[in-house]
Amino acid sequence: MDTLIKISYLVASTLFIFGIKYLASPRTARKANLLSAVGMLIAIVVTLFDKHVLTYEWIIAGLVIGSAIGAILAIKVPMTGMPQMVGLLNGFGGGASMLVAISEYYKIHLGTVKGASFNTELTATIALSILIGAVTFTGSLIAFAKLQGIVTGKVVKYPGQHPLNLLLLILVIAGSVYLTLNPEIEWLVLAISGISLVLGVLLVLPIGGADMPVAISLLNSYSGLAAASTGFVLQNEQLIVAGALVGASGIILTNIMCKGMNRSLMNVVLGGWESAGSSGPATQTIKGNVKSIEAEELAMLFDAAENIIIVPGYGMAVAQAQHAVRDLFNVLEAKGKNVRFAIHPVAGRMPGHMNVLLAEAQVPYDKLYAMEDINDDFPNTDIAFVIGANDVVNPAARHDKNSPIYGMPILNVDYAKTVVINKRSLNVGYAGIENELFFYPNALMYFGDAKEAVTKLVHELKNL
Amino acid sequence: MDGNLLMLIYVFVLAMFVGFELITKVPPTLHTPLMSGSNAISGITIVGALISAGLEQFTVSTILGLIAVIFATINVVGGYLVTDRMLKMFKKK
Repeated sequence: MDTLIKISYLVASTLFIFGIKYLASPRTARKANLLSAVGMLIAIVVTLFDKHVLTYEWIIAGLVIGSAIGAILAIKVPMTGMPQMVGLLNGFGGGASMLVAISEYYKIHLGTVKGASFNTELTATIALSILIGAVTFTGSLIAFAKLQGIVTGKVVKYPGQHPLNLLLLILVIAGSVYLTLNPEIEWLVLAISGISLVLGVLLVLPIGGADMPVAISLLNSYSGLAAASTGFVLQNEQLIVAGALVGASGIILTNIMCKGMNRSLMNVVLGGWESAGSSGPATQTIKGNVKSIEAEELAMLFDAAENIIIVPGYGMAVAQAQHAVRDLFNVLEAKGKNVRFAIHPVAGRMPGHMNVLLAEAQVPYDKLYAMEDINDDFPNTDIAFVIGANDVVNPAARHDKNSPIYGMPILNVDYAKTVVINKRSLNVGYAGIENELFFYPNALMYFGDAKEAVTKLVHELKNL
Repeated sequence: MDGNLLMLIYVFVLAMFVGFELITKVPPTLHTPLMSGSNAISGITIVGALISAGLEQFTVSTILGLIAVIFATINVVGGYLVTDRMLKMFKKK
């Protein structure tokens, strides 16, 4: 039986690998997810035949409750709420890993499993598993709360923040070392768990809203590493393989997000820009006038254009304007225009956030271009239409060495013949700096809530 | 360090490499489903949770195991369902 279980775990691991491999194209992606889910089902079913599994009532209760909650969450969540959803799910994975590790400790401590005893490796991996699992758990819950608006989305700073985190981490490590030498001290396990949970809160709390893509990616990585470390506790290869795959995925995404902001991971984790997260009117003044335009005139401008690139940002998500944007896309396509979307890697609150919203609105995915694939086309573009994006189109990133966002890769919308920027006001973006783009001679401001403004524009275009 | 632990570290390192190779090929447009889908995979901890919740004797381990089963199942079921919901929206013209 044991061999059969091991072989089944191997099959499941292979299915996970194919599940990720086929995500390389949107055509095969749905099949990929199904393969991965089948792998998970195999892993769960064969585990029920494990020789240590002797009672089933708690298992069934847990599976039923968990499935119900998971299904309701998955069906109810709106696409704009996807970053929170992923954050929350990360947290549950991490929390489960932590609980399994503590449970393993008690199994041996209370002598539930005959003949099992502590050794250095086991205790050390239990402590590691608790640390990673707990940080993932509370860190993800805080990320969820920030994205949901329950906790402030701003950068939170307080004196002694970094020394405090360092102190807590040292306490956990010292406690873990002591525990490996004296595994019978039960309260140490509880102390390690408690401090790790607090650490998770304190590590994510300072991170501001627009840095969330990095935080979510990092927590995604942690949730995989938590599963892998639990695999070391249980000496289970299946957990190690699956956990490592997810860990790698999170690391790659974290790296892409950091590059998209031209910042180091340390800079993001430690709270980032001095000015970041402040909102409100800009204080510094930039020379020149801002020209604004109304819907009717803008419609005529669009009517005369041939090549159009739409640049969506977090503002589109907040205003739930993706369906209005789809209408704009359709009406322009019907007029024979070449309409494409340019998507910055850190637009929105998680990797790929804009793509999912536009896919929901049924914009074909082959019209969505990554920054590096479309950035050279702006000089041949008649209109670049920026909807709710700010810092990622600020030309200061290219030339102003004093700007906090200097060096960040941006979409070169200012190279287009005309840039139209839809925003509610001239307020600053996440980086807390004024955008000189608004004062460029080829820039036109189209003020208003993204959804209302785009809907009005579509209406005017239809009336032409 | 015994041979078994070394073997597990081997498996871990090689799986990380496989992960890196595969995930760099996922296009940016699918990064959100990649996250939620890989998230569901990290719910594999459910294997450990099931063993804890199914122990013969009822102890504190069983209670922790039960909560872990609930958490991991939310992660697995929610993760796969929401990923499927997203992926079926991605259409070409």
